[in-house]
Amino acid sequence: MKRTIFGNQLLPWLLLAPQLLITAVFFLWPAGQAIWQSFLREDAFGLKTSFVGLLNYRALFNDGDYVNALGVTLVFSVAVAALSMGLALLFALAVDRMLKTANMYTTLLVWPYAVAPAIAGILWWFIFNPTIGILPYLLDFVGYDWNHSLQSGDAMVLVVIAASWKQVSYNFLFFVAGLQSIPQSLREAAAIDGAGPVKRFFTITFPLLTPTTFFLLVVNVVYTMFDTFGVIDATTQGGPAQSTNILVYKVFKDGFLGLNLGSSAAQSVILMGIVIVLTIIQFRYIERRVQY
Amino acid sequence: MVEDRPFLNFLAHAVLILGVVVVAFPVYLALIASTHTAQAFSSGVIPLLPGAEMANNYMTMLGTGMSSSGAPPLGGMMLNSLIMALIISLGKIVISITSAFAIVYFRFPFRNLAFWAIFVTLMLPVEVRIVPTFKVVADLGMLNSYAGLSVPLIASATATFLFRQVFLTIPDEMLEAARIDGAGPMKFFRDILIPLSRTNIAALFVILFIYGWNQYLWPLLITTDDRFYTVVAGIKRMAEVADAVPQWNFVMAAVMLAMLPPVLVVIFMQRLFVKGLTETEK
Repeated sequence: MKRTIFGNQLLPWLLLAPQLLITAVFFLWPAGQAIWQSFLREDAFGLKTSFVGLLNYRALFNDGDYVNALGVTLVFSVAVAALSMGLALLFALAVDRMLKTANMYTTLLVWPYAVAPAIAGILWWFIFNPTIGILPYLLDFVGYDWNHSLQSGDAMVLVVIAASWKQVSYNFLFFVAGLQSIPQSLREAAAIDGAGPVKRFFTITFPLLTPTTFFLLVVNVVYTMFDTFGVIDATTQGGPAQSTNILVYKVFKDGFLGLNLGSSAAQSVILMGIVIVLTIIQFRYIERRVQY
Repeated sequence: MVEDRPFLNFLAHAVLILGVVVVAFPVYLALIASTHTAQAFSSGVIPLLPGAEMANNYMTMLGTGMSSSGAPPLGGMMLNSLIMALIISLGKIVISITSAFAIVYFRFPFRNLAFWAIFVTLMLPVEVRIVPTFKVVADLGMLNSYAGLSVPLIASATATFLFRQVFLTIPDEMLEAARIDGAGPMKFFRDILIPLSRTNIAALFVILFIYGWNQYLWPLLITTDDRFYTVVAGIKRMAEVADAVPQWNFVMAAVMLAMLPPVLVVIFMQRLFVKGLTETEK
């Protein structure tokens, strides 16, 4: 809160107008539409629309494909968060030991942040291509027949690797910042008391990184739930047999390709609920950290 | 570093070198693939050493595109991506900085309501409201236009919060002094607030440029006219065809060109990039 302010009454509205207008037209109105639509059902020819209450929602949870998409999203989020955060923490700990070369390594590790998810997908899709890809060629020597267009497990591994590859850089930067904010004196004191590097990590460094880890966990879940649309669309398109059909991809497929507007809208509303919960968790946590 | 342990130093270097190699590997393969002829891929496995067709492949993609799959030249698509990324990043910065100015430096009715309306946009990513938003844009006649590509993505709660935070740290004495000297609100905004937030604006611009350039789902939906295709969304159309008629050399040349601008921005503006990323936390 500022003590000194300007007295104008009209000017602030003019300054806010562009933002509020765009928010109302492209955010609030469509969101309202989605909520309204989720209570409606169109007949097969789009001629008659009737109010059906919660029927669309009830249908979703009785729909095996939707329940499957929930499970797929959960597996995908947990796998990407674990893989990308684990690698990022390892790299951050290693960079933290470096004096002169820290900057060089950082530059060489962070650039994938700038690669679009769809492009990350295509890069790995190329590497894993069953006919000419290098990794299936190598896997063949150990007797594994890789084919992500037929094998559900292979497809999931492909999208998890592509999504994590891009996300490591982000997590890495936050872990480096987190490590730098741990007072050096704590670790020095432990070293003088005879604690080795492994013990210091588990009793001092890792506990003090908890806020960073928790923050990154939320951010990574949001990333895998929404920003990985491009990865999925460029590689597996939800297949084979729905094994990589995450919630966001299903909303798009049902709404645009299946033209099932009521169901797609209900799925949108559920996703909105999930984002709202995640955002509240994130903000609550940030507030707490500021006081702390 | 607390103590010098040669073995751990060695291990740390080994981990990092391995990490750098693994991270760079997919891009190395793409770069190599983009230097060969299409025939090089029919032999069974990807070549691992550069070929001689690099200049040819890139010139073809930039100038004529892939005729067999109906993909337009990359030059035009990259220009579209640049225009979209610039409108999105500059637009977000302009409307956020004025909103933050209004919220911090004025008291007016419904101020809190306005603040919350902006906050709510955080919770509505485009993927979630995709169908109704598409309908709004179609009803407004904004399909296949630069406005349609960029304006619906411009509202930004994160940028508004960032500028609000910056303004709150500017001492009140600044405003008092400016008012004593007879400066009105817009003069104060132009001559004091904007210069004081210059580095924040630059850092935010780096992040938003990458965000804008990498848009995928939205351009894919609202552009059906190839004059408005953006490069990231356009690649998918090429790759689909390449799966049937392998033209990996061209597809990978397109991939390299599509990721080059944002990657260069990160490498050459690393300090601003890190600042932007940690400040917006998004």
